[in-house]
Amino acid sequence: MSPQHRITRRTRRSALRSKSPRSECLKVRTAERQKRPKASESRDLRPSTFRPSTPEGPATAIWLLVLLALALPALGIERFPPPDFSGGHEIPETVVPASQARTQAWLDVAMLALGLGLASWISLRLRSRKGLVILSIAALAYFGFWRRGCVCAIGSVQNVALGLADPGYAVPLAVIAFFSLPLIVALMWGRGFCAGVCPHGAIQELVLIKPLKVPHWLDQPLRLLPWIYLSLALLLATTGGLFIICKYDPFVGIFRMGGPRGMLLLGGGLLVLSMFVGRPYCRWLCPFGALLGLLSRVSRFRPSVTPDHCSRCRLCESACPYGAIHTPTTDDSSRDADARPRPLALVVLIPLAALLFGWLGGKVGLASVAWHPTGELASQVAMAEAGTLPEPAPDEITAWRQAGADRAALSTAIAVLERRSLFLGRLFGAGFGVAAALHLVRVRFPRATADYVTDPADCVSCARCFTACPYERLRRGETVQLPVEGGGRA
Amino acid sequence: MAEKDGISRREVLSGGLRGLGLLGIGTATGALATRDRSDDEVWQIDPDACIQCGLCATECVLEISAVKTVHSHGMCGYCELCTGYFEPDPVNLDEGAENQLCPTGAIERTYVEHPYYEYRIIPDLCVGCGKCVKGCNMFGNGSLYLQVNPDRCVDCNRCAIASACPAEAFRLVPRPTPYLLRGKEGT
Repeated sequence: MSPQHRITRRTRRSALRSKSPRSECLKVRTAERQKRPKASESRDLRPSTFRPSTPEGPATAIWLLVLLALALPALGIERFPPPDFSGGHEIPETVVPASQARTQAWLDVAMLALGLGLASWISLRLRSRKGLVILSIAALAYFGFWRRGCVCAIGSVQNVALGLADPGYAVPLAVIAFFSLPLIVALMWGRGFCAGVCPHGAIQELVLIKPLKVPHWLDQPLRLLPWIYLSLALLLATTGGLFIICKYDPFVGIFRMGGPRGMLLLGGGLLVLSMFVGRPYCRWLCPFGALLGLLSRVSRFRPSVTPDHCSRCRLCESACPYGAIHTPTTDDSSRDADARPRPLALVVLIPLAALLFGWLGGKVGLASVAWHPTGELASQVAMAEAGTLPEPAPDEITAWRQAGADRAALSTAIAVLERRSLFLGRLFGAGFGVAAALHLVRVRFPRATADYVTDPADCVSCARCFTACPYERLRRGETVQLPVEGGGRA
Repeated sequence: MAEKDGISRREVLSGGLRGLGLLGIGTATGALATRDRSDDEVWQIDPDACIQCGLCATECVLEISAVKTVHSHGMCGYCELCTGYFEPDPVNLDEGAENQLCPTGAIERTYVEHPYYEYRIIPDLCVGCGKCVKGCNMFGNGSLYLQVNPDRCVDCNRCAIASACPAEAFRLVPRPTPYLLRGKEGT
């Protein structure tokens, strides 16, 4: 290789380096490297010297390499210039596999839309439990085991929140579709997504063999958990891009047939629990289910247990494993006795709860800085400076030092992060307050009904109650013994 | 309350809320979907930020990670004693398994001419542990580096490795140019 050739190569590489999106400090390092005596290019250090001509050859070579490495700690430096092959050997092109086509994502969105349409149609018009079971199996096979739980509507909440909070983050279109389509369907036809599209719902639904009743007083407070989980997940997603819903997802380990032991244990445990308790994840954890339930409360169409007449036999309530069918509160449906305190309670409770939990959320927001990667790094840096950091140094510290160990930039980043976390913590805390107030009012002042009806927020449209209702079975042409009027209220 | 033309107050209220909900979802979706982008984005590793901690091999949701080693041959020194290929203290300078750094034997070493050897990555065998990358970056030219293969990546909502990466070396890059590469391919 001629010296001129070598210089042009080097200049071109420096030009490439400065073009690439790298931090200033690395540019400076490149400049320093050029000023330095070019040890790497001296004849003595050419690879040919390392040929083990004598038995002690490799050891000498390694010593030379160690010395060389100490002299040149920089990254990606051309220590050994590519050789000029006398035999005319062609340097091969770098092998890179082609990018995956976009068709897979659009196929997923199409399957989602199809599934949502089918689930709504089967649960509201066909009223067929068998149809929903078949759809659930198909959804579990496609979205669960074939697509391995990615893209996931439950996790998409975090992407959308991060997208709204950070203008620089472009949410993939497929993720936007997975977020918005189930919600729109919930506003129109209820939780069709939970009924037959979501693989998480399907896997719990299909293993439910002996549903035990969970008492109302335990079930309803537990239903606040998803809102806490959602607020926390949104806070962490918007402040630091931490996606805890995905990280602590119980079932993806099962879909992928492998994963961290904690994830598999959680998934397995929850699955065993779902054999006896209906959909524990959907009811008491799923953050997306909380949103779907909220929107379903104002849905345009909702399943009615009986096709025409309700004799209050209570068979549907016993059949519902999710506690979503409420006992009638009055004999006369036109007289809504409990309607009056409800608006009053809402007007008083919502601002109070929003203020209280907004304040609390701010505290949580500030505390969450410590879980953020930057916050963790800052505490490790502080420990390193105090000399209390255990050896060997964690990878984060290594990476930070490699990037230039900029102390001022780190403290600025922490200050920005704290302001942001405080604001977003208050925002999501207030949001949780509103949701909690709505939930409390709904539980404390239930709607007056004369018939057994489904609670649209809690109902996942599983269609079990239809097959339990004697009037529905009569409509289907089965011979049934009609129960005594008002039997369930005795 | 009083019923007007067969529509109760509750129905009007619920209709209004439903409209508000649709409007809200529509606005959020529209704002996000029309955001400036040429296409979707894919996860890539910034080779200069990577510290080869080895988490790429274990944190990916796939059984065998979507991250694999890429070799920019134009940057390679074709060293006979490649520190990305051999253990730091090889018993003999040959291709015996006890001398190789790669746990799966995913690097193919072929003689070119004295004293040069060519190294090729066999992608099917590579598990993305980054041992070779560490060796190459520490003592060599840094022509070996870890990168996400877009054809294997399942596009999780958020990349599990990116969440765990101690160096925060993961970036989202536009799909039409899905590679952050080194060397002349990196232009």
